[in-house]
Amino acid sequence: MPAAPAPARQPHPFQPQPWRDRRIEVILGNLLRTGVLVSAAVVLLGASIYLSRHAHDPADYRVFRGEPSEYRTIRGVIQSVIVGRGRGQGLIQLGLLLLIATPIARVAFSVVGFGIERDRLYVAFTLIVLAVLLYSLLGSGLGL
Amino acid sequence: MNVLEFTVVVAIVSFVAGLLGSLTGLGGGVVLVPLLTIFFHVDIRYAIGASLVSVIATSSGAAASYVKEGFSNIRIGMFLEIATTFGALLGAFLATRIPTSALAIIFGAVLLYSAYVSRKPRTLAQRSLPPDPLATRLRLNGNFPDLEGRRSYNVQRVPTGFGLMFGAGTLSGLLGIGSGAVKVLAMDQAMQIPFKVSTTTSNFMIGVTAAASAGVYLSRGYVDPGLSMPVMLGVLAGSLLGSRILVKAETKSLRLVFSLVILVLGLQMLYNGIWGKI
Repeated sequence: MPAAPAPARQPHPFQPQPWRDRRIEVILGNLLRTGVLVSAAVVLLGASIYLSRHAHDPADYRVFRGEPSEYRTIRGVIQSVIVGRGRGQGLIQLGLLLLIATPIARVAFSVVGFGIERDRLYVAFTLIVLAVLLYSLLGSGLGL
Repeated sequence: MNVLEFTVVVAIVSFVAGLLGSLTGLGGGVVLVPLLTIFFHVDIRYAIGASLVSVIATSSGAAASYVKEGFSNIRIGMFLEIATTFGALLGAFLATRIPTSALAIIFGAVLLYSAYVSRKPRTLAQRSLPPDPLATRLRLNGNFPDLEGRRSYNVQRVPTGFGLMFGAGTLSGLLGIGSGAVKVLAMDQAMQIPFKVSTTTSNFMIGVTAAASAGVYLSRGYVDPGLSMPVMLGVLAGSLLGSRILVKAETKSLRLVFSLVILVLGLQMLYNGIWGKI
């Protein structure tokens, strides 16, 4: 293998590392970690209820039936948690919804971060990504 | 198998997949769908839905620590996420329209390619490349902590990388995986982003990409709570443990074993897909 040429190490004053403000990094990191931990906790709670009620049911996923509507819309999930029929599965789905919402919250917060840095180009890029994510979550029939 | 036995066994398998995926850097999601479909006889659509959810969990969990270390480039990530999220939407819509045997064949091909990429010696990003005008305009160039201070890099071939990342997003939405192998092609080879930066940045992006298709999957009824629960919790626990223990000396043979597993699973998926068993 040929020796690698000497690395360029000159500082780039005009090209700062993203997020000059370290606080944005810290908030972003904490947001992601909290989102994952909270959703895992909700899934775990749902799992304990689900397993205590259905432990001895047969587990069969050979045939694809599709989930019933209470586990595929936001309203259905919330209702099944409140009303209590299938509360375990409802809580698991709620945890999974929170998990899906975590990266979306990260992107939403990045809009604010780029806004603070007055980086209009990246505010626009981030808004495009946010629009795609919200369309996927709300526009594909998952809505309330 | 009853629900309790199924949950425990799937959780253990997912934990091992998450642990190995994290230790080898190859990602655990890529082996989960074939394991669930081949050994647990889970319908591939349920398996993809569950895998997709676990991908969001590991990506967000790992990204939290990467952001603070200053390796990941948030602008590169954000810019390429435009490509991957649109791709992921396309992939999710395609997944609901093509037959499951075709899904299995595509999955098998991606596995074989991943096994090939994981055995290939890593091509180091060339150093001291001249800045590319488009990359400069998009402010993609950056620097990262090196042994002696910070090393700067200039991103190359932006349109090629963007196009390939659209493909990576489509595969992610179609198959419920992180598609790390395509990312290597796009970020490491086309855009010449240093390995450490591309790995951490793509990890950051994977969660957002998966979230874009997860909404579609959930609303189509592909995400089953009873199956996704052990998969998500198992993979998350395994990958968190994997990121804490770094067995440097073992990684090489571990990678070899893991890529052999990927190879065998890929052949099995191709076989099952071609003979219409999935």
